[in-house]
Amino acid sequence: MVPVSFYLVLSAILFTVGVAAFIYKRNIITIFMSIELMLNAVNLSFVAFANVRGNVSGHVFVFFVMVVAAAEAAAGLAIIISVFRTRETLNVDKVNLLKL
Amino acid sequence: MVHYALFFIFAIVCVGGALNLLLQKHPIQSALSLIVVMGSLAALYLMLGAEFVAAVQVIVYAGAIMVLFVFVIMLLNAGEEEHTKGSRIAMFFGVPAVAGLVGMVVYTLTHSVERDIRLGNFPADTTHTISMLLFRDYLLPFEITSVLVLIAIMGAVVLAGKEKH
Repeated sequence: MVPVSFYLVLSAILFTVGVAAFIYKRNIITIFMSIELMLNAVNLSFVAFANVRGNVSGHVFVFFVMVVAAAEAAAGLAIIISVFRTRETLNVDKVNLLKL
Repeated sequence: MVHYALFFIFAIVCVGGALNLLLQKHPIQSALSLIVVMGSLAALYLMLGAEFVAAVQVIVYAGAIMVLFVFVIMLLNAGEEEHTKGSRIAMFFGVPAVAGLVGMVVYTLTHSVERDIRLGNFPADTTHTISMLLFRDYLLPFEITSVLVLIAIMGAVVLAGKEKH
């Protein structure tokens, strides 16, 4: 049987790759996708712990995370569209109106 | 033994897809590799006995959310991203920092939890148990998320709608 730490290590690796993509990427849509990757990594550890403890509440939390991710994707992509409409770019370095 | 083999196959596909998301230049290729990550995560959920979560993962994440992403990428005609000074600094300091973070997290996890994943640890009617929990114990959070989704829909319509002059 696979130890639960294998699943948790996979979750940690996916999360850190998501963090790295969040910092390194310059396209605003790809930054958004790396946030989704981080949420998926957390979901994997929720499900792994639900299996170990034999408690299905973890699945309910995954369900809530998915609902919030869907709402976040809808609102965030609308913001991206309106940013593109006013500034004609998707590069986050060029969206710097609030910078001193 | 089969469990080990399946775990490593899907874990390698998962990490490969995530690294491909990081390394690809074009956003549409990043989106497609994220779909690969989500599909293999659904297989891992099935191995953990979470068939409801696996189905929702494929339908909601790989289906609805990623279609929305691909749609926006094509709508805005996003091209290859250009890298600036800031991203090179992030690469220079970020890669060692990420390697250190992975090492630390892996060390902590492998030295703390020592229980095994048992296939079929759940009763056969997991979906039934989830629905009982969701509509009885977690009824209030469930209703609050419905309000949240409603607000998100209205916000999306207002933000992306046509501006009046």
